[in-house]
Amino acid sequence: MDNNQRKLLSGPVYIDTKPNHLFSAEVAQKSHVDFNLCYHCRCCGNGCPFVEMMDFPPNSIIRLVQLGLKKEALGSSTIWICAGCHTCSMQCPMAIDMAAIMDSLRQISLEEKAKIGEPDVLAFHKEVLNSIERYGRTSKLDIMLRYKIKTRNLFSDFNVGLKMITKRKLNLIPSIIKGIEKFKELFKGKRNW
Amino acid sequence: MPNKANIDVSYFPGCSMGASGNESNASLLSFCKNIGFNLIELKDWSCCGSSSAHSVDAELAFNLATRNLAIAPSTRPLLIACPNCLLRLRQAYIKLKNDKEYLEKYEKKWGKRFEPNLEIWHFFELIDNVDFNLEKFRKLNNIKFVSYYGCMLNRPPDMRYEKNYYGFMERILSTAGGIPVRWSYASRCCGTFLAAVRPEAVTEMVNKIMKGAIDVGAECIVTACMMCHMNLEIRCTIKRPIPIFHLSELLSFMSGSPITHSSMSKHIIDPMPLLRAKGLIR
Repeated sequence: MDNNQRKLLSGPVYIDTKPNHLFSAEVAQKSHVDFNLCYHCRCCGNGCPFVEMMDFPPNSIIRLVQLGLKKEALGSSTIWICAGCHTCSMQCPMAIDMAAIMDSLRQISLEEKAKIGEPDVLAFHKEVLNSIERYGRTSKLDIMLRYKIKTRNLFSDFNVGLKMITKRKLNLIPSIIKGIEKFKELFKGKRNW
Repeated sequence: MPNKANIDVSYFPGCSMGASGNESNASLLSFCKNIGFNLIELKDWSCCGSSSAHSVDAELAFNLATRNLAIAPSTRPLLIACPNCLLRLRQAYIKLKNDKEYLEKYEKKWGKRFEPNLEIWHFFELIDNVDFNLEKFRKLNNIKFVSYYGCMLNRPPDMRYEKNYYGFMERILSTAGGIPVRWSYASRCCGTFLAAVRPEAVTEMVNKIMKGAIDVGAECIVTACMMCHMNLEIRCTIKRPIPIFHLSELLSFMSGSPITHSSMSKHIIDPMPLLRAKGLIR
């Protein structure tokens, strides 16, 4: 648990930025989720397998959005750490689609070029999408190599990679779809990430 | 041998099945053949968008998923092997069914009408749809297993009315003489892409899962997700881990195909000692 979380659990948090009252409406419209149903029972955070890596637990993200604290919500690590496993939505008594809220917040933070809470996660997503654009399918080896080079961390996981190659679990030659030129058009004008 | 069904099914393998989960792919194909499903790979299928597309761009995610729906012939059901691909494609499908706005986008993009009759099947649903005699299956010789579903059975609220499959692997494998063991981590997420970005944290999570399985006395873990299988295998640092099987590997054996050394050699955690001890392989 890091400081932010400890603060949240121990009592009121004071964040001194100017609230943006349109933010909550923007997130609601984009995600199609009525997060004002949330009564902050914290079931989502209690079940979340990743909550220890997050700076705010999931329901606090809803609270930040409700309060219009845009900078805090968009800059949090939570929105990038969330893997969309839907454990929170399964436990939520109000069936709030937390993963959809996180998706919208990530998209807004990219559109508005906000500070990215977890640059490595974004770097990974970028490599996955680049691989899809290049081949129409993902190639794990391609993604991992490029990701490791981008994050200047080439030799971590060297053993894991080697093991996977010897077990023939990584294809050395990526499989490419036939209509790749037409397929690439899906990515046109999509470079805000 | 179970009754043969003889049904043609389109098959969407997904990117993992071709690479890290290729042993799972092979066993799924042989199992389906054994029970009489004729799998026809979807021609020129493309990536569903994975966990990344919907994270950064909703439109791109929708297009990547619907491209596959658009090329799938509506005359036969579409089998999707990977739980994550299933989620992406089915979510897009539900949007198309319920929202005119998305439907218009789809028809404009792919220049064809959406086929609401197209059935999308998960592997579980395929097995569930067949009326075969499980008692005639080959026996698993009292192998003690824990079922690991990971997040595959968790669903976003807009899919909450779909059939729930908790207990499904336990039911099938116990009919064939496996002994299901209860444990606490059946639906704990494996960490998905965080295994690449935050390996230390995921190692800790995976070790907890593995330790949980060992502590309840299981001899192996059974999973139906290639991502879970891979993360559990590559990120586990516990000294004596128990092997992890794909559900399809056990089903393929149960329905009559032999367990081969070449397919088992693709496991990073060696399952051979256990299989020998149980008399499932010579």
